Amino acid sequence: MKRILVLGGGTGGTLIANLLAKKLKNEAQITLVSASSRHLYQPGWLYVPFGWQDPRALSRSLKSLLNKRVQLEIGKVDRLDLPAQAVVLEEGNTLYYDYLVVATGSRVTPEDVPGLAEGAHHFYTEEAAWKLHAVLEEWQGGRIVVGVGGLPHKCPVAPLEFTFLLDEYLTRRGLRDKTEITYTYPINRVFSIESVAEVAEPLLKERGVKIETFFNLESVDPEKKLAISLEGSSLPYDLLVMIPPHRGAQFLEGSPIADAQGWVYTDRTTLQVKDYPNIYALGDTTNLPISKAGSTAHFEAPVIAEHIAAEIQGRAVDLQHASYNGKVTCFLETGYGKASILAFDYDHPPKPPAPSWLYHYEKMAFNKAYWYLVPTGVI
Amino acid sequence: MSNPVQISKEIDARGSFCPGPLMELIRAVKAANVGEVIAVLSGDPGSVKDIPAWVTKAGHKFLGMEDAGGEVKRFIVRKAR
Ligand SMILES: Cc1cc2nc3c(=O)[nH]c(=O)nc-3n(C[C@H](O)[C@H](O)[C@H](O)COP(=O)(O)OP(=O)(O)OC[C@H]3O[C@@H](n4cnc5c(N)ncnc54)[C@H](O)[C@@H]3O)c2cc1C
Repeated sequence: MKRILVLGGGTGGTLIANLLAKKLKNEAQITLVSASSRHLYQPGWLYVPFGWQDPRALSRSLKSLLNKRVQLEIGKVDRLDLPAQAVVLEEGNTLYYDYLVVATGSRVTPEDVPGLAEGAHHFYTEEAAWKLHAVLEEWQGGRIVVGVGGLPHKCPVAPLEFTFLLDEYLTRRGLRDKTEITYTYPINRVFSIESVAEVAEPLLKERGVKIETFFNLESVDPEKKLAISLEGSSLPYDLLVMIPPHRGAQFLEGSPIADAQGWVYTDRTTLQVKDYPNIYALGDTTNLPISKAGSTAHFEAPVIAEHIAAEIQGRAVDLQHASYNGKVTCFLETGYGKASILAFDYDHPPKPPAPSWLYHYEKMAFNKAYWYLVPTGVI
Repeated sequence: MSNPVQISKEIDARGSFCPGPLMELIRAVKAANVGEVIAVLSGDPGSVKDIPAWVTKAGHKFLGMEDAGGEVKRFIVRKAR
């Protein structure tokens, strides 16, 4: 029996394992390896700093989300042994595969910028979002700098959403006119995709947010409370909320299937890993020129499941599901109960509609329905 | 080559789309020594505007841009500080 090994128990890994289990009843042995026994719903972290979401409601047992035919192995991958078609875990046990799917996501690496870990807050881990909540609760006014400390990072719109929600939160608490908010971004507009920047920039200005573009964070001085850019500017702050730089999983850095930052060389349509036709990658871990978002993993998973299942079943692939076209859909919260939506692919940039309460409610409903719909492969 | 300056590093960012080539250039400038010349190849039309704008903002010197076949352009930058 063929052995399929899935690395990572997040959005991509859980979904692909379940799709494979459905497609390949008893024709393959499917094992999922994950460093954590919990599946985390990261999009909910956006609301944690404001006390609008309890982090405990944002995770579930991974086992409870997996099809019974998927074997779960809790352990951290230490290295790949590609010639032996094996994966070695930190505890030393080795797992062999005929097909490998890499879905180990991305991790934040504040240590890549001097002073960042000591001087800044963020909301890109459960713990950090919770700590930021404690700081905001105590906030009485001053200068807040919100920004992006490196590209690429996951959920590209989250820093914009955070800024809009921060404006709403401070307004509700009567602290907005005592707070100066500055938003920073590495390139010369507020977002990498032009059509999104065109919608977001007027909204930031309307809310009185100062904008500092071409700001590539070089270091943070936690004592003087300064965020310093490569371009030579420095911003004083009382509270710094910086999305740290990201990298792929540590075991991928320097491995033959990934670049120096650990992003896996992935074919943009088949999702096969370069030079390794029996290895696939999806979600944040790929080097694809598309947003690192849960919805990306969601649209990618059926493609990989179809390729592997067709090969094991000795049939031609169903062309309808055989290639990924770069499809991504993301909500963009704009505060005060409104949101917009971005839907795009490799060839079509998004055309975000005017923010409305409808998309905000859709996002809220999706956040609740996620558990029943996405990891299980219902939609 | 027709360039009078000596390029110490050339980055091939063809096939990478906005803001890929600019971010690659920023990373390379960060790693370079003052005075070194860096070139980046980009086929992304946005680079024509974005790369010179960043170089000026960051206080480096934009030495020029030349055709490198098809849509691709070579942008040449000297790290000035
Ligand atoms: C604040 C925030 C808001 C977001 N909002 C949205 C949104 O609105 N919409 C959207 O689509 N996306 C959003 N995202 C992004 C989304 O959460 C990620 O893009 C998505 O989770 C990626 O899925 P993945 O499977 O690639 O990685 P993950 O879901 O991150 O899963 C990675 C898995 O790999 C495991 N792992 C890592 N290293 C190892 C190892 N060495 N060994 C074994 N296991 C390992 C981890 O334990 C984890 O289970 C948001 C993210 C954040 C942080």
